Parts: sequence; structure tokens; C-alpha cells
Amino acid sequence: MNAPTDLQSFLAAQEKKSLLRFLTCGSVDDGKSTLIGRLLYDTKLLFEDTLASLEKDSRKFGTTGEDIDFALLVDGLEAEREQGITIDVAYRFFATARRKFVVADTPGHEQYTRNMATGASTADLAVVLVDARQGILSQTRRHSVIASLLGIRHIVLAVNKIDLVGFDSDVFERIAADYRAFADSLDFLSIVPVPLSARFGDNVTNRSANTPWYKGPTLLDHLETVPVADDAAGRPFRFPVQYVNRPNLDFRGFAGTIASGVARPGDEVVVAKSGRSARIKRIVTQDGDLPEAVAGAAVTLLLDREIDVSRGNMLVAPDARPHVADRFAASLVWFHEGPLFPGRNYILRTETGQVSATVTELAARLNINDLSGAPAKTLNMNEVGVAHMATQAPLAFDVFRDNRTTGAFILIDRLTNATVAAGMIRGPLRRADNIHWQALDVDRKARAAIKHQRPKVLWFTGFSGSGKSTIANLLERKLHAAGRHTYMLDGDNVRHGLNRDLGFTDADRVENIRRVAEVARLMADAGIIVLVSFISPFRAERQRDLRRHADRGVHAARSEGALQEGDGRRDQEFYRHRFSLRGAGKA
Amino acid sequence: MSTNKTVISHLRRLEAESIHIMREVAAEFTNPVMLYSIGKDSSVMLHLAMKAFYPSRPPFPLMHVDTTWKFREMIEFRDATARRLGLDLIVHVNEDGVKRGINPFDSGSSLHTQVMKTESLKQALDKYGFDAAFGGARRDEEKSRAKERIFSFRTATHAWDPKNQRPELWRVYNTRISKGESIRVFPLSNWTELDIWQYIMAENIPIVPLYFARKRPVVERGGALIMKDDDRMALLPGERIEERLVRFRTLGCYPLTGAIESGADTLEAIVTEMFTARTSERQGRLIDSDEKASMEKKKKEGYF
Repeated sequence: MNAPTDLQSFLAAQEKKSLLRFLTCGSVDDGKSTLIGRLLYDTKLLFEDTLASLEKDSRKFGTTGEDIDFALLVDGLEAEREQGITIDVAYRFFATARRKFVVADTPGHEQYTRNMATGASTADLAVVLVDARQGILSQTRRHSVIASLLGIRHIVLAVNKIDLVGFDSDVFERIAADYRAFADSLDFLSIVPVPLSARFGDNVTNRSANTPWYKGPTLLDHLETVPVADDAAGRPFRFPVQYVNRPNLDFRGFAGTIASGVARPGDEVVVAKSGRSARIKRIVTQDGDLPEAVAGAAVTLLLDREIDVSRGNMLVAPDARPHVADRFAASLVWFHEGPLFPGRNYILRTETGQVSATVTELAARLNINDLSGAPAKTLNMNEVGVAHMATQAPLAFDVFRDNRTTGAFILIDRLTNATVAAGMIRGPLRRADNIHWQALDVDRKARAAIKHQRPKVLWFTGFSGSGKSTIANLLERKLHAAGRHTYMLDGDNVRHGLNRDLGFTDADRVENIRRVAEVARLMADAGIIVLVSFISPFRAERQRDLRRHADRGVHAARSEGALQEGDGRRDQEFYRHRFSLRGAGKA
Repeated sequence: MSTNKTVISHLRRLEAESIHIMREVAAEFTNPVMLYSIGKDSSVMLHLAMKAFYPSRPPFPLMHVDTTWKFREMIEFRDATARRLGLDLIVHVNEDGVKRGINPFDSGSSLHTQVMKTESLKQALDKYGFDAAFGGARRDEEKSRAKERIFSFRTATHAWDPKNQRPELWRVYNTRISKGESIRVFPLSNWTELDIWQYIMAENIPIVPLYFARKRPVVERGGALIMKDDDRMALLPGERIEERLVRFRTLGCYPLTGAIESGADTLEAIVTEMFTARTSERQGRLIDSDEKASMEKKKKEGYF
């Protein structure tokens, strides 16, 4: 056994190694998994039993004849091995004498773009693989755009399968030039093209005799030396409060992970949303109080006075504060099968906060092939766009480019809880000038009082022809007779006026309902009992609208008539009506 | 440990990530639990939980799903640890499985694991209504684990759908679930086996003595060295008990856990041995190689 001192110095060296997190991406069959398998194999990081089972698997599932199929090292799911594709991101860990690595092997299929984004979100560098025979494909471009949006600044363009084009330098140069021309406007600091063969190992860890014309580094050389300085500690202090720790009345600790900057006892900090200030009294850990904590540390801060700050808020540097706004622009990558609709309500989740949010406008949908953008009404799965967001309460944030932690969010579907989008904040938006909330003296209660009634919204829903309008009509007559102030909002009537500009696309139907809900709310504010007779085809909108009126006594009545008597004929009428209107709307 | 002013060291970064994950669970879930398996990874996970909520105690109980076939030293260590730290410990046994006489020798490792671990865990989660459960699994352990999210969604029937996992970006975790659904949380996802040992050494974390080499009574069976931990293990014809200098790289049910011959009787020696190791730690687990993609299959069914 070696002397413990040897071990200690060895371990100390391990601790000092820098860490590079990278991902492999690119189109299907460009050899991403094979490349990672090759890296692990060549850096001698495979155990004997892993190698033995790899050899066994290669014979059973392999696609490389008699040779070892390195892709089987990372494609760990049964479905992946059977189909020979990668479905979800796999994380592998390895180290060389110079650096530690975490590599995310991400899927190439467009269908699984969300899993590529998952791997990219925590990476510093992307190895974009290209099949030398195919050149740059649209999935190569999509992955590059997403990598750029998610804050990756370093690219290795791995021109793989160079053996299959006879190690031709012209092919390599042409692909490298094509990629540079495309990626020029993306936000990369370095693009390093490497000609390689993952299957045979050329220029992966060893310089290849087959490419004497290539003077650049091998892939591993570059990965070991590329500087990806993390300057988070040098940026303004940001501490998203994650958890308030109160073991007793004398201890109120704010627990969280420092997103950027440095904390020291005595430093002044400000609560982002309220502007109230305090000084850091102690940085508490189980191992004793710290004199200093830098970005990335998970600590508990004690302040010198009682101020109100809770989860979802931030403690920040007083002289460099984040934005606090409820309107902002953000880049979105849409993940879900169901498209994004402006106007629909989502849950916006930041690292520690969550708030109700809507997309008010899709300012641009990106064409990933030429990087042009045009305004759009929806965003489909795997599409990228720029959205204007509105949140129910102000959010404290930084621009994502300045801070990957405090400028990022996800959108969650309210009904299914699915993560439907990743968002990167571009900057706050000012409301149109002079539009501020006016504090009004005559309030909702006062207006209701002179009408001697309690305002309500009664929402009648159900299929077309189910009789909801008939029932609503009858009720309004009775209420009127009883001396109540009422108003009836009818779907068809609204279509002739307020919503004349809307058609029958899914996006328009969402907007249609949003407007009606807002009008009903205003009328209820005015003291009126509002009867809404409306098909609301999306459960998501129905729920949101109910929530909107929750504090105002909204009642939903679903007319089930359609289930019994709303027969095929009626449905057909409804849809014929709908399509003719759509035509008319266009004209 | 960190001397560098601007960048925190490797182990501190891993530590901070795990602590962040635990606090996230405490803040977002109403009834979390920490699955405690008594092994080295559980020891590290528990140590991190003590740090995450200091000076408070972790705001969740520990739960051990006991198959009744764990090494005796593991059970002693479990009870001593809970006492030492003053934590609530829930021990759950699938009594139905016990009544049916399920055991690793006669029932086979596959059925034993299914009934006494997977089914038992589901019983316990349902019984207490936990909405989040911490597990000590690491991504470097096994191929299907390398694919799993840190916050890993489970349906109301505890099923995992590896083909349809929620995207998981940055440190922004989607913690939302509907009634009956739950999340399995893996705070050690990004640790490697070496990291675990280095951390145990740096932090002086107590672990079960079975990890250290000692003379133990073992039987060679099916190519593995099985320790005869009690009288329930009957010898087969031709088998004999030998006193050999062995230790365990991983701990589970004693009839299903192979020992390795080793003289490593200190943490330093164990870590030194690790650098020269030529086999991965899960090789000692007889249950992983039952059938193709067997860990993924067990995980889909609700195994941790």
C-alpha cells in the first residue's frame, strides 16, 4: 500500500482540477454516442466487467460487424439499444491528468430536442458532430441555435466519419467554412473544427497519420485546454432565497445557493423586490461560520435586522440591482406536442420562484435554416422564438446573457404539469406610456352597493346546441324581473363586434375566450351580474377563467344537453358555420 | 477545503449541488422522505441533509425498506445512526412477503427483489403518502441511471417512463405533481464512486464496518464470495466456509452481495484500491445481471 502522503497529494491534485461540462449534439447517426464511447475507451476509464459486457452486447445489438460498438456504452435504455438510437440524454463522468469532465450525450432526433436542451443547459461547450458525407443538416443548425441560446459559448465542430470520405481535406474545409458562415451570427466565442473518426479513433485522443494536412489539436487536447473561465464570482451579488430556516425564534436564516458574486459578513444587501436593505451578519454552515462564500456555494445567511424576504425573492448587491418587472422579452424553446398559444396561462418557474404568466405576443419565430425571424401566432414543438411575457406579479431577474442562473425560467402546463418550454430572458419591457394602475376611490364594493346586489359571473358552458343560451336567457329574464342588473355575453354576438378580427384557429379561440373573460371581469367590477354563454373548448382556458373570477364568485354551469341531444347534425352545423366564418374572416 | 477565491473545489461544488436539491424538496413538497439504505451513498446523503438544514434537523424522516436479509452489522449501524442524529426512522417490511416465505435462496434473487424491495417500497410510499422520496443513486453506477433526471417523476402507480421524462434545465426543477403522483429525487446524481469515497474521507463520515477488510466467513457460490451472516444460509453439497480477508464495495441483502478479496482496512487503503480497480462496483450486485436491461426494468416497476 502506498504511503498515505502520496494519496493525500494525489487527492489534493484531484481537487484542484478544473471541470469541463460539455455535450455532444448534432443530427441522427452522426456518431455522438460512438464518440463518447471512444473517449471513455481511449482514456482507459472502462472497467473490465463493463468492457466484457460491451463486447457481448456488441455481438448482440452492434452495428459495427466484428468490432466493438462504442455507442452501446452510453445508449443504456432498452428501447435505445433495440432501435440503435439515443432517446434521452446520458451523463458520463471521466477525468484525465489535466481535467475532470461531465459529458452529456444528447439525442439527435428532432422529436427528442427537449432532451438535447436538457443536456445543453448545464454545459460550457458543445461538440457538434457532422457526418463528413452529409455536411451541415437542419438538425445541426437547430442544435447550434439552441446551444447558443442556452448560453454555450464554445463549439467544437467534429467532422466525423472522415475515413468514409478518404480523409479528404477539401471535404473538411468545405464543411468547416459552411458551418462558420452559418454560425457567424450566433453568439459563440470559439469554433474549432476537428476532422475525426469516432469509430477508428482518428484525432480523438491520438493524432491521426491519415490526416497529415490537419495541424489543429486532437479533440481531447482541445477539451483539456480550452479556457471556459467561470466568472460568476466576479459579477454582482445575487442570492435567490430558496428556503427560510427557522429552528427557533432567535434564528432566521436564508438558505440558498449564491448565483453570482461573493458574500462576506458586513456586506450590505438589498431585497430585490422591496428595496429594503440589511447587512450580512453571519454566513452559517455546519462546519462553522465562513468569512466568505463565492458563487456556487450553498449557504445560510443571517442578516443584522428583520426584513421581509422569502422564497422567490433575491438578496442582491445594492449598487448593481436586477430588473424587477412584470413584462419582459424572452427567447423560448418550445418542448411540447401541443403548441404555444399567446394568451394562455402557464406557470413560470425560476430557480426558486413561481408565478402565473402569459405570452402576450410572439414577436418572432426563428427560421433555424437562415436565422431569420417573423412574428407568429403559435410556436410548435422544437421551435424557437422570441416572446413578450406578462407575469401576474413582478419578477426579479437579470438578462440571461449576464447571468445564466437568474435569467432562466421554464414554463409549466397548468393541467398536466408538463415542462413545456425553456425561457431565457432578454430584457424588461416597458408598459405603454402612461398606463399605470390607477388607484380609484369608487371601488367594486361601492358600485355593487348602489345596485343592491352582489356582482357575479355565471359561465354557461357546453357543446354547441346543448341549450346553454336558452338556459342563460331564461335565467336573465328571471333575474331582471327580480330587479337585478344583468348582462348576457353570448358567443356568437361577441364574434360580430369585439372579436370580429378573430378566426377559428386554436390560437384565435384562446384569444377569443381571454377577451370575453376580461370583459366579464370588468362588468362584474362595475357591479353587474354577468351571464356568459360560451363554448370554451380548451380546459386550460376554462380553468384559468374560473381562477380569474375565483374571488368574485364565479359559477360555472355546464350544459350537458349536447351529450343526449346534440346529435351529429347539430355538430355539423356548428362546424360548417365555423368554417364559413373562417373564410369570411380572411376576406 | 477551498483555497481558491473565485472557484469552489470539486467536492464543494458537488456538496453544494446536493444541498440545493434537498432544500428545494423541503421547500416544495408537503411530505418528503429520505430512503435510507445504510450503504456508503446513504451515509453521504444523510450527512449532506444534516448540513443542508443546519442548525435545524432535516424536515423529513428516514425510511429503510428492510428485506429482513440485510447484514446484521447494517441493521446495528442503521439504528445507531438514527439515535446518534436524533432522526425519525421508519422501518418497513413487506409482511405479506414474509408470510409467503419469500427469500433469496428459494425464491430466486429476481422474485425476492421484486417482492421484498420493489413491492415493499411501493407499499410504504402508499401507506405514508409521501410525495417526494430521496434516493442515493448515482448516474455513474449503471447505464439506465445515467439517463435519469434529478427530479424523476413517478405516476400514481410509481411507474417510471424513461422514454418520456420531463426536460430538466439548469437548477430550475419542475416539482409540480397531481394527487397520488410523486417525485423520486437523486441528490447524488452527479457524484462518482471516487467522489463518494473522497468525501467520506474528507468529512470523516461514519460507514458500516463491512466496507473495511477483515477476516470473514465466506462461501464461494456462483463465482461470488457470499458471507454466511446467519443460520438461514444452508450450505450446498461441496460448499465449505472459509475465513478469508474480504470487504464489500457495495451492500445489499447478504445472500446477494459478493465480497471482494482485499486487505484494504482503512479509508486511505480503500481509495488507493479504487484507483487500481478493474471492475465496477455493481459487479458485486447479483441482482443487476439477472437479465438484459434489468436495472431499467426494475426501475420502471418502481425499484429505486
